Amino acid sequence: MRSRYKYAVSNAPVLRPNRLPLRLHIPEPVARPGEAAHFGNLALAEAGAVARPDIDTVEADVRHLPYTLIRVLDDDGHAVGPWAPGLDAEQLIAGLAAMLRTRIFDDRLFRAHRQGKTSFYMKCTGEEAIAVAQSMALGRNDMCFPTYRMLGWLMARDYPLDALVNQIFSNAADPLAGRQLPILYSARDYGFYSLSGNLGSRFGHAVGWAMASAYRGDEGIALGMVGDGTTAEGDFHEALTFAAVYRAPVILCVTNNQWAISSFTGIAGAETATFAAKALAYGIPGLRVDGNDFLAVWAATQWAAERARANLGSTLIEFVTYRVAGHSTSDDPTQYRPKDEADHWPLGDPVDRLKAHLIAIGVWDEERHAALTKQLDDEVKAAVKAAEAVGTLGASKPPVGEMFECVFKDADWRIDEQRTELGL
Amino acid sequence: MPSMTMIQALNSALADKLADDADVLIFGEDVGYFGGVFRVTAGLQERFGLQRCFDAPIAESGIIATAIGMGAYGLRPVPEIQFADYILPAYDQLVSEAARLRYRSSGEFTAPITVRSPYGGGIFGGQTHSQSPEAIFAHITGLKTVIPSTPYDAKGLLIAAIEDDDPVIFLEPKRLYNGPFDGRPDQQVPGWHGHPAAEVPEGLYRIPLGKAATVREGEAATVLAYGTMVHVALSAIEECGIDAELIDLRSIVPLDIDAIVASVQKTGRCVILHEASRFGGFGGELSALVQERCFYHLEAPVERVCGWDTPYPHAFEWDYFPGPARLIKALRRVTGEA
Ligand SMILES: Cc1ncc(C[n+]2csc(CCOP(=O)(O)OP(=O)(O)O)c2C)c(N)n1
Ligand SMILES: [Mg+2]
Repeated sequence: MRSRYKYAVSNAPVLRPNRLPLRLHIPEPVARPGEAAHFGNLALAEAGAVARPDIDTVEADVRHLPYTLIRVLDDDGHAVGPWAPGLDAEQLIAGLAAMLRTRIFDDRLFRAHRQGKTSFYMKCTGEEAIAVAQSMALGRNDMCFPTYRMLGWLMARDYPLDALVNQIFSNAADPLAGRQLPILYSARDYGFYSLSGNLGSRFGHAVGWAMASAYRGDEGIALGMVGDGTTAEGDFHEALTFAAVYRAPVILCVTNNQWAISSFTGIAGAETATFAAKALAYGIPGLRVDGNDFLAVWAATQWAAERARANLGSTLIEFVTYRVAGHSTSDDPTQYRPKDEADHWPLGDPVDRLKAHLIAIGVWDEERHAALTKQLDDEVKAAVKAAEAVGTLGASKPPVGEMFECVFKDADWRIDEQRTELGL
Repeated sequence: MPSMTMIQALNSALADKLADDADVLIFGEDVGYFGGVFRVTAGLQERFGLQRCFDAPIAESGIIATAIGMGAYGLRPVPEIQFADYILPAYDQLVSEAARLRYRSSGEFTAPITVRSPYGGGIFGGQTHSQSPEAIFAHITGLKTVIPSTPYDAKGLLIAAIEDDDPVIFLEPKRLYNGPFDGRPDQQVPGWHGHPAAEVPEGLYRIPLGKAATVREGEAATVLAYGTMVHVALSAIEECGIDAELIDLRSIVPLDIDAIVASVQKTGRCVILHEASRFGGFGGELSALVQERCFYHLEAPVERVCGWDTPYPHAFEWDYFPGPARLIKALRRVTGEA
């Protein structure tokens, strides 16, 4: 048969002997329910094993960092190696308290959902070290572009607990006036950018915010966060391009908690490359950090912040952690991962590890820990009580007119007419 | 005949097409092993294999782009977008690629994809799990947009959509997944079981795209609705006793213009009901068509009952939702019973 092409495209025979037909690869996790869980594929490193480069080290000399793991706390609770941030006892105890407050709050508000007091909740159990250490390591002029698992940022800055609960209950005292889904907070004064349900769409805002700060010659930097699953979004990659191109003073982070609802990290491309390694192609440093190690999170964040403040540009940090709880109140993780998977997690629990460190350095004991836990539990209980007095979901809500506010700065005739139609 | 919820009917349509045609494959966020956050693809991976129903990265633009590539090659992919609110990152792929591939290549390449996505509110999902984006697809030439309101229709329409040679946006009213919710949040929603349209045959059957269904015949006014709002409308009509005719459009592109015109010419009055915001919503197009084609039969202005022109507000869900009370008011106005 005569070819349609003037020149043959290839002389190779269509099927060569010994060559298998093409095959579509679909990644699968190590274990599903009923199978033996393990994390043998997770590359680890000893605490203290990774050298800490000077912040002005050229990117070409730090290209090994995405494939190792920066850790400070060893198995005995000692802070070891060059990344140990040298925090004082007061800072460490404040960090522990904020992590504990986060966990207690999560547990109580998750239960509130089960009791019908709110429509939705998401916990960050096991991931508390990340947001808390970052919140404490960064300054008041810096802005965090968070995920929904960064309650710890607000806890570390003493955001009022009852305001959080009022938002979660969408009641008359809700600071967001009933417009937003529970836990999608906005807290500008606390350096906490408005959350949204859409994944990844604020990663570029962090870069733009940082570019604006650089443009004005200000001092503040920005921090952007996404989950492992969200690194697949185009927004993630576009933000990295802008951050690299304009050397934006921004810290771009990935919380790799091993799951994106029911999808394991392989579905986001982690079968062969780490999330930190995404930095390599953009020519910025990429750190892979033990996310359950409060000190390592602090140190890595501080390293990236110093680079940003010195006009050396952005850093990508992957925090390796584990989503202990279900994705949200709508989720039952035993449907897609082994029930006991959490027991096999090799990096421990961030609260336990920081507590062990405090005990190891002689500034903490079980008694004080129990007293702190009790005090925080009482604080959370009191906040929930206060919010319940205002009202839980449906029993109390902001004035209906709030529905029409904030669409625009100044409402146009449509909103005016519709307000009237609703009898307001 | 088995009785099915809308979820089961959709699952049955997908299973039957997977069995029928090796070129059909399903992918999307959490649709594989887990079976989807609303369980619509439950059991399909186990039954048909990893490659027929698998998880996708969280990248909606990538999901639609790869589906288009597969479709151009000759497959019939049925990608899922987990919530219609999250279809927006893929909007350029749908508008500039899926909708125009046939036109710009003069038919050399086509995109026979069916994009399934749950839409609509009433589940306290806040502004990013509640939207009804049908109008932004209806506006795009080259895309079909289908919205079922019952289990029976859901299965027949989904099969027809998958077999259609053009790209179809298949919006599933998530508030109807488990029962015919009628817009009364204070009342227990009956399940689908026992509802006549929950009788769903096993095996393949098709409901042609572009054929409306007359849910209730009447003389006093025509109500045009689709998806969740069909049940809201029926309940409102029953409550107020106005003898309205209720038309379930089932597909807004292609649109059954003949059914609309015949009904409005008969009744002389028309109320359009949709959950999406009013301004620039699909009701505007319907209203214009009715006015253009039925002007001399109209005895009252065409009315639209819609969501307000605000984002979907979490706490004010039931103040925003265009429920039976608002439709009844509009029906009274157009029939002069006010
Ligand atoms: C654009 C977009 N697509 C899909 C979703 C639905 N969704 C909500 S959370 C989630 C998983 C996110 O996983 P990951 O990024 O790893 O964060 P994690 O929940 O593990 O913290 C998905 C798919 C969404 N909210 N936004
Ligand atoms: Mg994750």
